[in-house]
Amino acid sequence: MYQTTYHRASSVDEAAALFAKGSEAKYLSGGQTLLPVMKQRLASPSDVIDLAKIKELIGVDASGDTLTIKAATPHYDVATSDAAMKAIPAVAYLASLIGDPAVRYRGTIGGSLANNDPAADYPAAVLALGATIKTNKRSIAADDYFKGLFATALEDGEIITAVSFPVPAKAGYAKFPHPASRFALTGVFVAQTKSGDVRVAVTGASQSGVMRVGAIEAALKANWAASSIDGVTIPASGLLSDLHGSSDYRANLIKVMAQRAVAAAG
Amino acid sequence: MSTVKLTVNGKAVSVDVEDRTLLVHLLRDHLNLTGTHVGCDTSQCGACVVHIDGRAVKSCTMLAGQADGANVTTIEGLAKGDELHPMQAAFRDNHGLQCGYCTPGMIMSAVDIVQRHGGQLDEATVRHELEGNICRCTGYHNIVKAVLDAAGRMKVAQAAE
Repeated sequence: MYQTTYHRASSVDEAAALFAKGSEAKYLSGGQTLLPVMKQRLASPSDVIDLAKIKELIGVDASGDTLTIKAATPHYDVATSDAAMKAIPAVAYLASLIGDPAVRYRGTIGGSLANNDPAADYPAAVLALGATIKTNKRSIAADDYFKGLFATALEDGEIITAVSFPVPAKAGYAKFPHPASRFALTGVFVAQTKSGDVRVAVTGASQSGVMRVGAIEAALKANWAASSIDGVTIPASGLLSDLHGSSDYRANLIKVMAQRAVAAAG
Repeated sequence: MSTVKLTVNGKAVSVDVEDRTLLVHLLRDHLNLTGTHVGCDTSQCGACVVHIDGRAVKSCTMLAGQADGANVTTIEGLAKGDELHPMQAAFRDNHGLQCGYCTPGMIMSAVDIVQRHGGQLDEATVRHELEGNICRCTGYHNIVKAVLDAAGRMKVAQAAE
């Protein structure tokens, strides 16, 4: 790892001020992606600003029709949160599948969304549920947030503070994990909103990151059943193809995982 | 350079380290606690697992500064004097190791698994929960046996306390 200067921020405002002072600063949350990347010398921030101990960024809260997960809440705490399990069990379940137990103790939802790895789990839930990403400057709708591989609508220095998920009528997540990394080879989150709309988001499969699948959404809107996806054709164009799976294979996985997610949603 | 203050195996320590120092290097190079191993350096193998405030995490994927103020337990802190922790004893009795390189991380993760599940463990759960710890010798068979054995012993020990 190259030299860097470590700062522990005690508030969001202090973190933003520290970021502005650094020449090439980076925010550090759970560090389960940033630190491995720094160890490989693929990133060399001048300053790392630790957000993980900022009290206003930690916690899970359900009130009314909204589940709010603050940005520095570790995956383990989401997976075992009574509020999350009651409001949107599919989100708690998704958190329980990320990485391995040691990673889940450290990794956070804000870090996952700021990094926007094309095979990360949380982006699928955020996009399918039409969540809102709150930052220290504004609120960003999920539909406007994801901008392709590792790219987001966040501006330089902007800090995610929380994510608000509207509680759906039904939701389910199914993932085919990469056997070594536990990232999604393909993961599908299905949601039926309380107004009857259907949103389906896929992670791990597309060359341009998390995406919605209109054909499956239409099929499920007509009939919310796993079998209604049988007749849907997913084109392989634009899907990732690597030694772990061809684009045809991933196209098939999208259907299979969507069906499992619907079955899980009930 | 920064001064990192933390409690390691019950002892308060204060160490001056470069900001880029990983927790595992603070433990090994500055405190000479070499039971915690560096296996892969890519955060996958789990040989470096220690407990931070009771949670099993990978000490190669944490800066020393992030552990400032924390309570750290390493493999050296598990036994009570000459009496092995039930997990250590179960690994010995079940031959849960061959070369031993992954063993400290396996044991630290396994203690966390048993604590989280309150001793209610089956084989499938143990295999699933050990996915962050890689062993290249044993085929995991005796490791899983050891964890299940220890879960029973830890339950008995807790009940006796």
